[in-house]
Amino acid sequence: MVSFIVDCILTKSERISNWMFEFMLFGIYVVMQSKRIILPAFRRRLKEKNFTAQIKVRGDGFGRTYRFHNGRVSSERKTIPNAHMTMVFRDTASAVQLMTASTDFLKQINAMKNFVVDVEGRDEYAIWFMQTLKMLQHLRATPQYGTQAGKNEVRYVNNTNGGPVFVYVKKGRIVRITPITFDGQDARPWTICARGKSFTPPRKGTVNPYVFGLKSLIYSKDRLLYPMKRVDFDPHGKRNCNNRGISGYERISWDQALDMVAEEIKRVKREHGPGAIMNGSGSHHSWGNLGYWLSAKTRFMNSIGSSHVVHNPDSWEGWYWGAMHHWGNSIRNGATDTYGTVEDCLKEAQLIVFWSSDPESTSGVYGAFEGTIRRQWAKELGIQMVHIDPYFNHTAALLGGKWIAPRPDTGNAMALAIAYVWIDEGLYDTDYVRDRTVGFDKWRDYILGRQDDLPKTPEWQEQETNVPAREVRALARLWGSRKTYLSPGGLTGFGGACRCATGIEWARSMVCLMAMQGLGKPGVNMGCLQQGAPLDTNFYFPGYAEGGLSGDLDYTGMRVSMYQRMPQLPTMNSVSQMIPRLRIPEAILDQACEGYSTDPKSIEGQFKKFSYPAPGHSPARMYYKYGGSHFGTMADSNRFAKAYRSENLEFVVNQSIWFEGEAKFADVILPACTNFERWDIGETANSGGYSHHQFIQWNHRIITMQHKCIEPLGESKSDYQIFLELAQRLGLGAPYSEGMTELQWCRRLFEASDLPRVISWNRFMRKGYYVVPAVADELRAPVSYRWFAEGRKKDVPELSPLPSDFTETWREGLQTQSGKLEFESSSLKRFAPDDPERPPIPTYIPSWEGHHTRNLYEKYPLNLISPHPRYSFHTMFDAKDGTINDVKDHRVLIDGYYYWIVRINSRDAAQRGIKPNDLVRVFNDRGQVICAAHVTERIAPGTVHSFEGSAVYEPIGDPGTSPDRGGCINVLTSSRNIISKSHSTASNSCLVQVESWSGEGIS
Amino acid sequence: MKRWYLVVDVEKCENCNNCFLACKDEHCGNDWPGYAASQPIHGQRWMNIRRKERGRFPAIDVAYLPTPCMHCDDAPCRLAAKNGAVIKRPDGMVIIDPQKSRGQKALVRSCPYGAIWWNEDRQIPQKCTFCAHLLDAGWTEPRCVQACPTGALSVQHLEAGEMERLAVSQGLEVLDGGKTAGRPNVYYRNLYRFKKCFISGTLVTGDAGRSDCAAGATVKLYRNETLLDKKVSDDFGDFKFDGIPPNSGPYRIEIEYRAGGRKQIEVVVQESCSVGTVWL
Repeated sequence: MVSFIVDCILTKSERISNWMFEFMLFGIYVVMQSKRIILPAFRRRLKEKNFTAQIKVRGDGFGRTYRFHNGRVSSERKTIPNAHMTMVFRDTASAVQLMTASTDFLKQINAMKNFVVDVEGRDEYAIWFMQTLKMLQHLRATPQYGTQAGKNEVRYVNNTNGGPVFVYVKKGRIVRITPITFDGQDARPWTICARGKSFTPPRKGTVNPYVFGLKSLIYSKDRLLYPMKRVDFDPHGKRNCNNRGISGYERISWDQALDMVAEEIKRVKREHGPGAIMNGSGSHHSWGNLGYWLSAKTRFMNSIGSSHVVHNPDSWEGWYWGAMHHWGNSIRNGATDTYGTVEDCLKEAQLIVFWSSDPESTSGVYGAFEGTIRRQWAKELGIQMVHIDPYFNHTAALLGGKWIAPRPDTGNAMALAIAYVWIDEGLYDTDYVRDRTVGFDKWRDYILGRQDDLPKTPEWQEQETNVPAREVRALARLWGSRKTYLSPGGLTGFGGACRCATGIEWARSMVCLMAMQGLGKPGVNMGCLQQGAPLDTNFYFPGYAEGGLSGDLDYTGMRVSMYQRMPQLPTMNSVSQMIPRLRIPEAILDQACEGYSTDPKSIEGQFKKFSYPAPGHSPARMYYKYGGSHFGTMADSNRFAKAYRSENLEFVVNQSIWFEGEAKFADVILPACTNFERWDIGETANSGGYSHHQFIQWNHRIITMQHKCIEPLGESKSDYQIFLELAQRLGLGAPYSEGMTELQWCRRLFEASDLPRVISWNRFMRKGYYVVPAVADELRAPVSYRWFAEGRKKDVPELSPLPSDFTETWREGLQTQSGKLEFESSSLKRFAPDDPERPPIPTYIPSWEGHHTRNLYEKYPLNLISPHPRYSFHTMFDAKDGTINDVKDHRVLIDGYYYWIVRINSRDAAQRGIKPNDLVRVFNDRGQVICAAHVTERIAPGTVHSFEGSAVYEPIGDPGTSPDRGGCINVLTSSRNIISKSHSTASNSCLVQVESWSGEGIS
Repeated sequence: MKRWYLVVDVEKCENCNNCFLACKDEHCGNDWPGYAASQPIHGQRWMNIRRKERGRFPAIDVAYLPTPCMHCDDAPCRLAAKNGAVIKRPDGMVIIDPQKSRGQKALVRSCPYGAIWWNEDRQIPQKCTFCAHLLDAGWTEPRCVQACPTGALSVQHLEAGEMERLAVSQGLEVLDGGKTAGRPNVYYRNLYRFKKCFISGTLVTGDAGRSDCAAGATVKLYRNETLLDKKVSDDFGDFKFDGIPPNSGPYRIEIEYRAGGRKQIEVVVQESCSVGTVWL
């Protein structure tokens, strides 16, 4: 309203606008002086810089100069030619309009885009001045935050991958980190009534085990506390690339480090042209919508122009490349929505089949232990459970039920045999198959062996899976006669079985099995109570994949909601070159590779093949590495070590919190701080984007102000600040930051969400969290696929598929061409109907690294599976001298060294003379890893188990060729794509041998 | 006076280690004067989680036993301590004074539960304090209990008599650390999962060419001529008798399946075992 009135007045009279402009410029000076007197924090800020700033209109008609010197401010009503920085408005009217609408960000960025306002001069001063001007809007620089907790402790709030936390701080040091327990004012939770009982979750949050290790990691001796340079790296002389991973480091100043990185950015672009900069990051790093890799990092990398590293859908693989072709769900990478399934499962289901599903270990990624109590309710209600997993996992151990242990990488054989029994004994929903599916006859004929004279009977599958035919027959009969929830993966649409050579076919069959049983009917759905709690899905708060402040409309979910709600300068990356993440080593060593897109917009997005280098682009010459280490998570990791040591890679900078993994292969290391040492804002388990409404795996929606709990340790800085200081050296400071501090961005995001409707900024800042109230029964989201099973319009609260992707009428039918569940996929028939690796119907195609590969199997007779770890999150939280090291099932201390664990059956161990906690060499032609042996009955003979995710890569000799003592189990896995028309990882197709290790090679 | 008791449900423990790690979060790097010196970051396990795998592949189960200080009424460490270094508080907690206990390594050996750890740097014995410093400040549960996501750990704040009655009514047991066990204040539910054995088996009909799981068979467990337990085989033909003492010798299993199918098996129990696949 105010700005409307101002607009009306200003357009009427130039004299008024001139007068108002001059008055406001004087007002800025007065407010600065007042704040200087009142606020110690503002006094400290004024002491940071000595320079001259001015605000003026074009043509020097009106303006004012501000001098900052030794903490004092002076001002003159005139412009000068040599100010360090100048803010220039088109004219006084537009200046007044913008200055009176400082939180109207759409107006502000429109003015920037149209050059109604511009800044000149040095970025260092310009950004500081713009941030300072924004601080004048509020009397207090920072509202008080935190809760007094007695004994001089203040309780702050923060957030993690494993749940929101209270952080108790005393004298600037963290005392403890605990889960959040609600107070009397927080919203009441929901209640589900099922089978005569009522269930309500407790009024608190759970956290993952690694959260309790955080304090030890924040204060770890492996923290990077100052910038460093490899001792034998000289950007103006010998670079000694071959010594990466071998040479030591020396401390340098921030100015030296940032100057060196900025100069290298300029140099590689100057000498090689677009594409020469590659940036890569782990999929997960820290928590918060602003400091995230999809936010601050992406904004910077887009701003300088860099080759985009395409992430393969690593946790989804078989679902993305396979299942999607039968039911759509492209926006979820081929996984499914799970609305309303907690209530439906508890009320209706009689059986839950966990297939490659261990939510008690993997927590649905961000679900902490929220699903545990729901599964305990299911047990209390007598819902039967079956666990199909080569490893007797923790979900099976906790809940009980039948454990079936197939040979790894053969899952689809069992799936086909189950379908065989259903067909043979009439145990499927014929009406549903007739009305809601297409292509069943073709699949049925394949299963019955009418094409290849090979009926896919339970007896047939026994040869593949080692599971007795009678067990599969019993399972099929049980499943075919009970209302069943199928949980493929701990989070539906994940699971180790989807990350192997047969994983695509397995995931496809999971959809087809549910299509036979009436997906969406009461009690018949996907899940294991890990997802689908009845929370408020209408209340808007963005997930991290919506891109925060990235300005990125191409590779984040920003354009769905965030760009409208939080208008910001878009950041278009002018470099269109893409590098498949799994081929980074080849991109450097061979300077050539190709891949397929991870583009979930449509089913066909994945059919786009791309080549590297892109036409007219330079191969990558500089690597800007950020976040977690790839050694522990990417296949055939020794390739990465070799690539790092190549002279093709002229410069490597690693921005990292800890000195671990790949950081030890950098030329320059920039020390970032944790999200406990900076400001951010984020909702628990809200990823947005590819897992829309992921927070419904929590029992409560908990949105947190992520307090800056302590000052950054040592000289470390927030990622935002590091990128900003680099941007300033490239003249990009203003577009990068929009003149905002991190805390100002937090408030901007707060205002863009639905939070201001229910809580004030000051109260949110002080308390640190908000619990979104559970909704009335009638407002709960409907059950996924119920609409489909009942032939109605889609009614679950998700925007996908895109309107254009419905074949006939919007919201009617699935994303598939037929709009139905497709046993025979129309998209695959269109794309590559004769592809023997992925035919239009799911079939059994033996693994390319398994018991059928005879020669290899004789040499390496053990199937290694390497699921997501239980006590760390990929490489996050592992090692670094933290307390997680002491978890008996995570690492084992032997002769002063914490070794990674391989789990081996007692029979296999006895054959090899291996005793519990012996050091063993796990090896194949790709590499060797030294592990501690856990001798166990939890795994079938012939299979060994070791988690992925070691943060330590410590070759005992030459990096890239010698045994790794750190535990990077991916040293052993194949980098081959699951199928050639994909960009995918088959980490659970890995044959190895294990033998005792005597310690040779260790000095 | 009300006293603090810890109750552990073995069946609900899944080895998440939240208790172990929350304990470290509270006690590593923090001195709590009068209660405990800080715990070294590595090496000590004030909440020690023990693992038990029962049976052989594939007939197995797994249980975990969180084992903190038992806060015994007749604490052997207190008897072994010199100059009053160990006190038993009226509210039940046993505290090793970090000052007075300096040099008293004998306390480590005195504990029948292995719950006391030696701090080499500070030359003091250390153990679980029940987070007395927090409960004294108004907290309602120690860190391990707050951290537990499954309900495996809980506290009771009761008069001694009330706790005894609760233990009887709910079938709670204490760990037996031997002759000098000292009357623990930590109680366990479903301790059989860790201490006792099972006998299991899988019933099958048909022949090698085509077999099926024999569901619904009646399976009886006898000791001499006494019927101990009766089960019905499940959908997979599996049965399982539990709670059998280890090394308890011979048992007899009788199986009845539909009309006429009858079978007897003799088992000698040393540890948990399966009779394997039984063809009916």
